[in-house]
Amino acid sequence: MIASIAAFLTGLANPTRFLTVAGRLMPWMICVTVLLFAVGLYLSFQAPEDYQQGMTVRIMFIHVPSAWLAMMCYTVMAIAAIGTLVWRHPLADVAAKAAAPIGAAFTFLALLTGSLWGKPMWGTWWVWDARLTSVFVLFLMYLGLIALNRAMDDPARSARVSAIIILVGYINIPIIKFSVEWWNTLHQPASVMRLDGPTIHPSLLYPLLVMALAFSMLFFTLHFAAMRNEIWRRRVASMRRQAARSARG
Amino acid sequence: MSHFAYVLISYAASAFVVLALVAWVIIDQRARKAELAALESRGVRRRSDSAPAKADHG
Repeated sequence: MIASIAAFLTGLANPTRFLTVAGRLMPWMICVTVLLFAVGLYLSFQAPEDYQQGMTVRIMFIHVPSAWLAMMCYTVMAIAAIGTLVWRHPLADVAAKAAAPIGAAFTFLALLTGSLWGKPMWGTWWVWDARLTSVFVLFLMYLGLIALNRAMDDPARSARVSAIIILVGYINIPIIKFSVEWWNTLHQPASVMRLDGPTIHPSLLYPLLVMALAFSMLFFTLHFAAMRNEIWRRRVASMRRQAARSARG
Repeated sequence: MSHFAYVLISYAASAFVVLALVAWVIIDQRARKAELAALESRGVRRRSDSAPAKADHG
C-alpha cells in the first residue's frame, strides 16, 4: 500500500506525468471550488450578525481564510524548498515558484480586509503590533522571493538560493501564529485553532469553515494551473536553447 | 462610512484580487501555449522527445 502510494507520488513528480494528471483534475477542481464558494457565500450572508460587531463580522469569512492561506501557501513553499535542496527535483522548485504570487495575493487580501475590519472595530486602519507587523513581513518576503526568481537567469542556482531563503524565512510563520499569545496585541487571540476547541458560535463557525475550504480549493486549483504554466515556461526556454544550439552547429 | 460599506469594499476587493489571479493564470497559460506552438511549428523539438526512455525534467 505504502509502496504503491510512494510509486504514485514519484510518478507524479515527473513533470510530464504531472501535466497529464493536472489536466484531468483541473475541471473537477474548478467545479468543486465554484460550488464551495457558492455554498460558503450563501452561508456567510445567512449567518446572524454579531451582538457586538454587527454586520462587520461578515468580513471574518474572507479575512480569516485569506490569513490562513497566506501561511499555508508559505508552508507549501517550505516543503517544496526541502524537495529542492534534498532531492533537487525540478518539480519542487516549480511548485515553490508558482506558489509565491498566489501567496502574496492572499497575504495582501488578509492585510487589506484586516484593515477594513479594524477601522470600524478598533478605530484605526493599522497598528504596528506583533500580528500585523509579522504578516506585513510575510508579504514583503513573498515580494522578495518573486523578485529574486525574476532576477536570476540560472534556474538551478535561483532554485537553491530561493529554497534557502524560504526555509530561513519560515521562522516567521510560528511568529505570526503565536504573536497574539507572546505579546500584547490589538489583534484578538486564536478563536478557531485552539487546543480547547473553537470559541466561535457554530452559526458563525460553519460558514467560516466552508469559506476556508473554498479558499483552500481555490489555492490548490490556482497552484496547479500556475505550476503547469511554469513547466511550459521552462520547456519553451529549453526548446529555445535547443534551437540556438542547432543553429550554431 | 457605514459598516455596510466596510463589508462591501472587503468583498469587492477580494473578488477583484481573486479574479486578477485567475486572469493572470489564464493569460500566462495562453502565452506559454502560443510560444510552444510557435516553436513546434518551426520544427524545434525537446531533446526528451527523441529519447522517451530518459527521465523527463520539464
